[in-house]
Amino acid sequence: MSAITRDEVSHLARLSRLALGDDELDHLAAQLDQIISAVARVQEVAAQDIPPTSHALPLTNVYRPDEVRPCLTPEQALSGAPAAEEQRFRVPRILDEEA
Amino acid sequence: MELVRKGAAELGELLAAGEVSAVEVAEAHLDRIAAVDGQVNAFLHVDRDTTLAQARKVDERRAAGEELGPLAGVPIAHKDVFTTTDMPTTAGSKILEGWRPPYDATVTARLRQAGLVILGKTNMDEFAMGSSTENSAYGISKNPWDLERIPGGSSGGSSAAVAAYEAPLSTGTDTGGSIRQPAAVTGIVGVKPTYGGSSRYGVIAFASSLDTPGPFARSVLDAALLHEAFSGHDPMDSTSVDEAVPPVVEAARHADVDGLRVGVVKEFAGEGYEAGVSARFTEAVELLESLGAKVVEVSCPHFTYALPAYYLIAPSECSSNLARFDAMRYGLRVGDDGTRSAEEVMALTRAEGFGPEVKRRIMLGTYALSSGYYDAYYGKAQQVRTLIKRDFEAAFEQVDVLVSPTTPTTAFPIGERADDPVAMYLADLCTIPANLTGNAAISVPCGLSDGLPVGLQIMAPVLGDDRVYRVGAAVERALEDRWGGPLLAKAPELAEAK
Amino acid sequence: MTTETLMDYDEALAKYEPVLGIETHIELGTASKMFCGCPTEFGAEPNTQVCPVCLGLPGSLPVTNRAAIEGIIKIGLALNCEIVEWCRFARKNYFYPDMPKNFQISQYDEPLCVDGYLDVEVDGETYRIEIERVHMEEDTGKSLHVGGSTGRIHGADYSLVDYNRAGIPLVEIVTRPIVATGDKAPLVARAYATELRELVRSLGVSDVRMEQGSMRCDVNVSLMPRGAREWGTRTETKNVNSLRSVERAVRSEIERQAGVLAGGGRIVQETRHFHEDTGRTTSGRSKEEAQDYRYFPEPDLVPMAPSREWVEELRASLPELPAARRRRIQAEWNLSDLELRDVVNAGAVDLIEATVAQGADPAAARKWWMNELSRRATEQGVELADLPITPEQVARVQAMITAGELNDKLARKVFEGVLAGEGTPDEVVAKRGLKVVSDEGELSSVIDQVIADNADVADKVRAGKVAAAGALVGAVMKATRGQADAGRARELILEKLGAS
Repeated sequence: MSAITRDEVSHLARLSRLALGDDELDHLAAQLDQIISAVARVQEVAAQDIPPTSHALPLTNVYRPDEVRPCLTPEQALSGAPAAEEQRFRVPRILDEEA
Repeated sequence: MELVRKGAAELGELLAAGEVSAVEVAEAHLDRIAAVDGQVNAFLHVDRDTTLAQARKVDERRAAGEELGPLAGVPIAHKDVFTTTDMPTTAGSKILEGWRPPYDATVTARLRQAGLVILGKTNMDEFAMGSSTENSAYGISKNPWDLERIPGGSSGGSSAAVAAYEAPLSTGTDTGGSIRQPAAVTGIVGVKPTYGGSSRYGVIAFASSLDTPGPFARSVLDAALLHEAFSGHDPMDSTSVDEAVPPVVEAARHADVDGLRVGVVKEFAGEGYEAGVSARFTEAVELLESLGAKVVEVSCPHFTYALPAYYLIAPSECSSNLARFDAMRYGLRVGDDGTRSAEEVMALTRAEGFGPEVKRRIMLGTYALSSGYYDAYYGKAQQVRTLIKRDFEAAFEQVDVLVSPTTPTTAFPIGERADDPVAMYLADLCTIPANLTGNAAISVPCGLSDGLPVGLQIMAPVLGDDRVYRVGAAVERALEDRWGGPLLAKAPELAEAK
Repeated sequence: MTTETLMDYDEALAKYEPVLGIETHIELGTASKMFCGCPTEFGAEPNTQVCPVCLGLPGSLPVTNRAAIEGIIKIGLALNCEIVEWCRFARKNYFYPDMPKNFQISQYDEPLCVDGYLDVEVDGETYRIEIERVHMEEDTGKSLHVGGSTGRIHGADYSLVDYNRAGIPLVEIVTRPIVATGDKAPLVARAYATELRELVRSLGVSDVRMEQGSMRCDVNVSLMPRGAREWGTRTETKNVNSLRSVERAVRSEIERQAGVLAGGGRIVQETRHFHEDTGRTTSGRSKEEAQDYRYFPEPDLVPMAPSREWVEELRASLPELPAARRRRIQAEWNLSDLELRDVVNAGAVDLIEATVAQGADPAAARKWWMNELSRRATEQGVELADLPITPEQVARVQAMITAGELNDKLARKVFEGVLAGEGTPDEVVAKRGLKVVSDEGELSSVIDQVIADNADVADKVRAGKVAAAGALVGAVMKATRGQADAGRARELILEKLGAS
C-alpha cells in the first residue's frame, strides 16, 4: 500500500501554492511515497513518553527592549517589488477575504 | 609561492607587514577566478570593481593606522545564501534571480568589519537543499579533484572555490552537513559551529532550527581565524548564544590530544561505507591513539534515526520558511496578466521559480505538518531529536569528542544520484546528528580513497567548538608530516584559461 | 447574496437558546513592533514603517519585544488568568498577500495566559464571562482594493499593499462559550466588549480604538433549540468594529440563524461579514477545502518562561481596575446604580475624576460632564473625551461659580466659548464680559424696580408665599441679562419684602 495517494499529493500542492502539472504530480507522488516510507522509520523508536525537542539549544526568554530603530526607506522597501503603485506593493486581485 | 596558494593566516601576516597590499591579493584571486572558474563554476557572481573597491578601503584603513584584525585584506568567497547589499543574493534559486537585498547579513557585516574582501557569491544547491550543487538553478559546480564529480553541497561553490585556490577562505551554512560534506569531498577543512554560535540573521533560511553558518579553509587554523571573525552573539538572532566565542584560534594553534578521550561512533561504520573511506577513518583513529588520545568505541543507538528525523524536520521548517517567496514583494512573478488572481500568480510563480528538490521538500514538509499527520511524522521526529540529544549527552560523559567518517563515500559522479533523492540523502548520514542537537563539528582531510579525498568528522559538545579545532589541528599536523604537505597538494592542477 | 428569511427576535429567543463566543484582537501600544524596531504610529505614509523583518525579507529574523510581553501579561492578570510557566510561539501557515511571510507568528496550543474571567453587568445582573486563553501574535499589512465599483475586495482589478501595520503586536483574547444569556445575549456581548475595552485602557497598554482597528471583535454565534443539550453549528462574524456593532451583529445572527433553522435549513460553519449600513451579516466565500494551518513551534524564537518574580512585579504594577474603581467612585460620589451606569456609559468616569482632582465638587463635576457637555458632544457627534475642553477647565469654571463670579447660565456660555476655541475659561469670561453682577447697589436698584413692576407678586411674598419670589428672581435675571447672582438676588428680594 502506498503511503500517500495521488489525491493527497494534489491537495498538498494546493496547500503549498504550487501549480503543478499532472506529469509533475505523478512523478512527485511516486517520489514522496518512497521518501515517506523511508522517513516513517522515526515511528519505530519514539515512545509516547519522550518529550519533543523543537529547538537545538534550550534557550528561553530572549527579548529586546521596546526601542524604535531606523526603518528602510520606501524606495528600499519597494526596490525588489515586481510591481508598485502609490508607494505600495501592487499585487493581483485577491480572491478571498482571508485565504 | 604565488599568492593564491597561500593560506589566510599567512596572507594576513604579509598584509600586516606591508609586504603585499589587499588590492594585490584581491587581484591575484580575481585573476585565478577568471582563469579557472569557467571549469569549476564555483561563483554565481563576481564583480571585480566592487571587490577591488573593498580591497582599496582595507589598504586605506591600514594606511590610516587603524587597528585591523588578522584577516584584514584577505579575500573570501561568500555563499550566496548570505544577504549582501552590494551583490545580488539568490540562494541558488531562480525565484530570487537578480534580487538585491537592502540589508547585509550579520556575517556579511562582520566580514566587512574584519576587513575581509568579498570576491563574490558562491554557487549552492537551491535554498541549501542538496549535497551536490546539482540543485542550483545556475549550473553545477565541479569538484577540482575531478571535474566530472560533485563538490558536495549545499555549500559546493564555497568548497570548490577554496579547493581550486580561487579563495583562501569561504563561508558556508550547514543544516544537515552542508559545510562538512563538501569540505570532506574536496579535501579541505569545514566547520559547523555550535548552533547559535554564529548568527543566522541575513541567512536565507532553509531549516531555522538547524541552519548554522561556518567557515571553509585549507587549514584548521585558517578556519579558526574566520570562525572567530564572524561568530559571537547577535541581538538580531533570538537563537544566538549570548556567550563568548570559544577559544578556537588558540585551540588550533595548540594542537594537542594527549590524554584526550576520543569516542568512535559504532553506528557509523559497516555497510554502505566505501572501503577506502573506512580504511582512512581507521588510520586516522590509530593516528589519534599514537598521539596520546584514549580511544574507545561508543554506541549512539539513535543516530541511525537522525536521517529520517532530519528529512521530516528540515522539510517541515522549509515548507514554512519558503512560503514568503510568493511573487508579491520581491523576486520572480509569473503569469500576472491582469486577469489572474494573487492565488494563481503565487502558485504559477512558485511552480516555475522553485526547482524539483525544493518542491519535493516543500510538499514533504507540508505533508508532515498537516493535520492528521503531524503527530506521526513531525511530532515523532521531534521525539527522535530528544533521543539523539540523550545519546550525545551519554557519550560525552565518557569521551571528550566523537569521531566518524564525515560522509560514507567520496565525491560521486555528477548525475549519479540526481533523480534518486533517498540515495542522495545518504550523503548526510553521519553529519546530521550534530545538526539536530546543535553540537559543534569539523571535517578535516584524512587521506584519499581511489584518488579522492576522505573527511574525518570530529564532534564536540555544545559550545565545545575549541575541541574540534584542537583535535582537527592535531590530526592535520600529523598527517601533513606524514604526507609532506597538505592533502590538497595531491590534487591535479587545473588548466588555467588565458 | 441570497435573501434570507429572518425570524423576529423575540420569537427566535422563545424557540432557541444562543451560545456566544467572542475573540477579540487588541493592538498593543508599544513604541516598536512585535518583532522588530519599526515604529507603530497609526496613519503614517504607506511603507514608511517597515524593515527587513516586518517585510519578511529573506534572511530576516524576529526578536520579541519585551514590552509587548509585559503588556499581554498585564492583560492576562487583569483578566484573572494564570500566566503559564513555559510556552512557545507557533507559526500559523497560510498564504495571504498582506502577510509578508505567509505565516503569522502566533501561539497555538501553548498560550501565555489561560483560564481567566471577566464579570460584566447587564440590567443589574452579573454575568461571568470565562476567558479560555489570551495569546500573543502579530498583525498583518493592509490592502487597498483598486478598480471595480465598490472599492471592496470582490470585483477589484488589483490591490495595493501597505505593510506599516504588519508586525504590530496583537493580543488575542478568546472567551469560553457564553451560555444561558437568553434574550440578553446581544447586550452581554456588548457589555463584555465594553468592559474589556475599559479594562485594557485602564492598563495603559493599548488605546483600544475600535474605529482605528486597534480593537477588533470576531463574534461566534450558534443556536440550539430550547431544552436541547447539544450546541448548534456556529458562524464566525469577523471584524465587528464598534461596540454597537457587536450587539447588532449578535442580534442579527440570532435572527438569521433562527430563520434558517425554522425553515428547515442548516447552519453552515463559515466566516461572515458584518455590514454597518444594513446591520446584517453576509457569508464570506465558502471554502473549497477546510483550512489547515499546519501550526508548529516557531524555530526562530526561543520559548518564553516568564519568571514568577516578573509576573508578580507586573501584578503589583497593575493600576486600579475599572470594576474596583467603579465601586470606589460610587461610594465616594454617592451615586445610585443607575447614576453610576450613566456615568460609565457616557465614558465620563475619567473626566469627572480628573475634574474632581482639580478641586471641583463631585456632584458639580458630574453635572457639567453628564448634562451640558454630554449634550454638546452628542450634537457634534463626538465622544465626550474628544470635546476640546479639559477637566482642568471644567474645574476652573466650577471654581468661579463657587466664588460667586459666575452662575450656571453664565457658565454654560463659558463652556460654549471654550468649545468654540475662544480660549481658556478666564479668557472667555474676559472677552465676553461674562461676570455676575456683584455690585450690590446696582443689583439693589434693579430689584427695587422689579418689585415696583410686579407689585401683585411682591404682595404675595409679603403675605408669606415665599415660593412666589422665584418669579421676581427670574425678572431680575432677565433684567440683568443673566449676569446677576441669582442666589444673592433672592436673598435681597426676601429681605426687602420682609420675608426672610
